[in-house]
Amino acid sequence: MAVAGNYYFAIVGHHDNPVFEMEFTPANKEPKKEDHRHLNQFIAHAALDLVDESMWTTSNMYLRLVDKFNEWYVSAFVTAGRIRLICLHDVKNDDGIKSFFMEMYETYIKHSMNPFYTPNSPIKSAAFEKKAHFYGRKYLTG
Amino acid sequence: MSRQSMRANDPKKVSGELFTLTYGSLVAQLLKDYENVDDVNRQLERMGYNIGMRLIEDFLARANPGRCYDLRDTADKIQQAFKLYLGVSPSIGSWSPGGDEFSVVLETNPMAEFVELPDHCLGLRYSNILAGVIRGACEMVQLEVMAWFIADQLKGDNVTEIRVKFVKRLEDAIPAGED
Repeated sequence: MAVAGNYYFAIVGHHDNPVFEMEFTPANKEPKKEDHRHLNQFIAHAALDLVDESMWTTSNMYLRLVDKFNEWYVSAFVTAGRIRLICLHDVKNDDGIKSFFMEMYETYIKHSMNPFYTPNSPIKSAAFEKKAHFYGRKYLTG
Repeated sequence: MSRQSMRANDPKKVSGELFTLTYGSLVAQLLKDYENVDDVNRQLERMGYNIGMRLIEDFLARANPGRCYDLRDTADKIQQAFKLYLGVSPSIGSWSPGGDEFSVVLETNPMAEFVELPDHCLGLRYSNILAGVIRGACEMVQLEVMAWFIADQLKGDNVTEIRVKFVKRLEDAIPAGED
């Protein structure tokens, strides 16, 4: 459905620390370039200031496009507890990304209800990763 | 307005989620305090025991179940109590050939919703408080039983199962020093 694109998804905590990261590449493109990881983290981190600025301008949780770097677009979603969900993508896919954010938001809420999870700590749960994989495949890479 | 009138009907009722979250932070805090999984299991059982001792009075007053003539009656009453206090209907099964052991099987455990056991405490019996409640309640009605978990959905099993074993009937002992 969507034009094949690469996506980098990150959940950022209150101290600008990455709580969860995941990359999504289209199914047909096999060779993965490892260098992009550092660049993605850098772009996401740089976008955090813009996210923080624009979260006060709207009462929506979905902030749409907040930044652009070379060919990478940055979309963001902020939860009520100021947990920021960042998505780097090289193709425009507003609907898919919005649905993906909503599903990841719900998954994050269910995960944070776990009494053994301390907020802002890295998410290591295999079940969470599986859900992220599943929704990424469903809404992002098709 | 309507929520106030609902609460006015029974001010002692709280939402199930509040209960689940409270129990969750209790277990998490115990784990932080004791750090040893076996100690936490023991404490949970003891806490359950204290709760059971007091809960039995409330159960007898509310449900008015009547006397139990054998262990099957006791099992039925335990089933009733789970329904009354936790809102779940467990099934009773796996009776031992001698009729002195049975299993309380829960398809869903309301206390363990949203919980995922972390890797460093896989030996934790998260709902061990329930085993203690059964033991404490039975002891107050002169029945000594042992209760322990043999299956837990948090550990990957299909159901949560508590095994209850009858030990002996307690006779009222005259306090030492009196005739």
